[in-house]
Amino acid sequence: MGKPRVKVPKSAKAGEVITIKTLIKHKMESGRRKDKKTGELVPRNIINMFSASFNGEEVIKVDLHGSVSTNPYFQFQMKVPESGELAFKWADDDGNVTETTSKITVG
Amino acid sequence: MKKLLSTVALGIAALTIGQAASADPSRTAKLVIDGTEISTHAKGMAGGPLDELYSGWLFRSDETRALQLDDFDNPAFVFVDDGETLFNKVDGSEGKSCSSCHEAGDFKGLRPVLPRWNEAKGKIYSMENYINDCRTERMGADKWKWSKPKMTSMVALISLQSRGLPINVATDGPVADIYEKGKELYYTRVGQLDMACSNCHEDNYGNMIRADHLSQGQINGFPTYRLKNAKLNSIHARFKGCMKNIRAKPYGQGSDEFQALELYVASRGNGLSVEAPSVRN
Amino acid sequence: MNISRRNALALGGAALTVTLVPVSFAQAAADDAMAQAVAEFTGGADIAEGGIELTTPEIAENGNTVPVGFSAPGAKRVVLLASKNPGPVVSFFTFGALSAGDASTRIRLAGTQDVVVIAEMADGSYTQVSKAVKVTIGGCGG
Repeated sequence: MGKPRVKVPKSAKAGEVITIKTLIKHKMESGRRKDKKTGELVPRNIINMFSASFNGEEVIKVDLHGSVSTNPYFQFQMKVPESGELAFKWADDDGNVTETTSKITVG
Repeated sequence: MKKLLSTVALGIAALTIGQAASADPSRTAKLVIDGTEISTHAKGMAGGPLDELYSGWLFRSDETRALQLDDFDNPAFVFVDDGETLFNKVDGSEGKSCSSCHEAGDFKGLRPVLPRWNEAKGKIYSMENYINDCRTERMGADKWKWSKPKMTSMVALISLQSRGLPINVATDGPVADIYEKGKELYYTRVGQLDMACSNCHEDNYGNMIRADHLSQGQINGFPTYRLKNAKLNSIHARFKGCMKNIRAKPYGQGSDEFQALELYVASRGNGLSVEAPSVRN
Repeated sequence: MNISRRNALALGGAALTVTLVPVSFAQAAADDAMAQAVAEFTGGADIAEGGIELTTPEIAENGNTVPVGFSAPGAKRVVLLASKNPGPVVSFFTFGALSAGDASTRIRLAGTQDVVVIAEMADGSYTQVSKAVKVTIGGCGG
């Protein structure tokens, strides 16, 4: 997994609905593709979980089963009740976990 | 056998290039990224082959065009980030990184004038040549392959510094002969399908080839992230792909032929804005 | 290999016969897998239509990266399905109280098919929306 790219507004009004965009580099190997040289199936390795939590409360969790494109992109909206921290997490089949956080100030 | 049948199929497709039948290329869509408009349309040079220049962005569907409107939607930027990491990474015997000598911003204005004549080397230089010279001569590091991810990521990072600036390659002086050679390649029919670049990208842009809109084949957006292969594609890799599509034996990436063609094709877009890293299908 | 017009036609005919049968099996298998995925998500409950939005391209320029988005305000859980992919379940989404019940992503579609979103609402009811997406065989872009 590469370094994630997340777009989160730095500030918001209390109760405002904001849009979050996330993008991460990953092959998303489906497990259905054959190696061109050996003819063997390439083992599946996809990001199988993406989540975002605000001040510890889960906003969205995605369980990925397949068919999500290489370099997965997720966009979603959320209501910001107060200042706080949005924590993102990606986990793949090989056990790699990537996390990042963004602060949002309500003022 | 399979190859032969698909050759026949493509041959038929080539014959049935028709008027735009569906989907939605646009001559008027605006490419505005983070509040900055990037021009995707320009007037061709007087006496040049094209009166109007259109970026390939205009030939794509609404959904594909939208991917380029925000650098957080544009999937090419995961590779720009990689380019930035590589830029700061020490490599080779001299203990240097790119950032030991440069800042990425120093390269603003470089992408629009490439490829160009390098007097010291007595040869035409693409960005890939400059990057590899730095690696081998200053850093004591290995060359990167022309279209591998490290190279395309670095080319994307450096090209991005010039986003919005008009392409302005020189075609006279020491490159005049190379320009003529590139022009000849552009109009020469090759391969089993016996087609030249011009048959699609000059005679038929805007028309359909099977389910796709043919563009003018402009390279102002390269390196480009293709939905097809989900990675950055170099100019020469795209030339190679085109040649394979018309069942011709491609020239080598970084070869004299492809550099001449790169210069000529770039010059056909003189006046269009640098759009790298773009998104195409 | 020398190919006369006659044996080229014969070959073409053979290819047609060979492919027709597996395709219909594949079709039935895809329908079964889809029905099973839906049943697993809803537990067999009734599914209403509408109340949620699904945004897809009418024609995808490339099946490898197709932007899709849905908005299901008030949904607790959502499943995104691609009816004729080898595995129809693309992703499950679980939404917390701060969420707007929406998401956009990019998916692979193995050919022209329906993209389906089923949402479980806060009251335990289910609703769905479906859209056909044409995946074209590209020219040189594809």
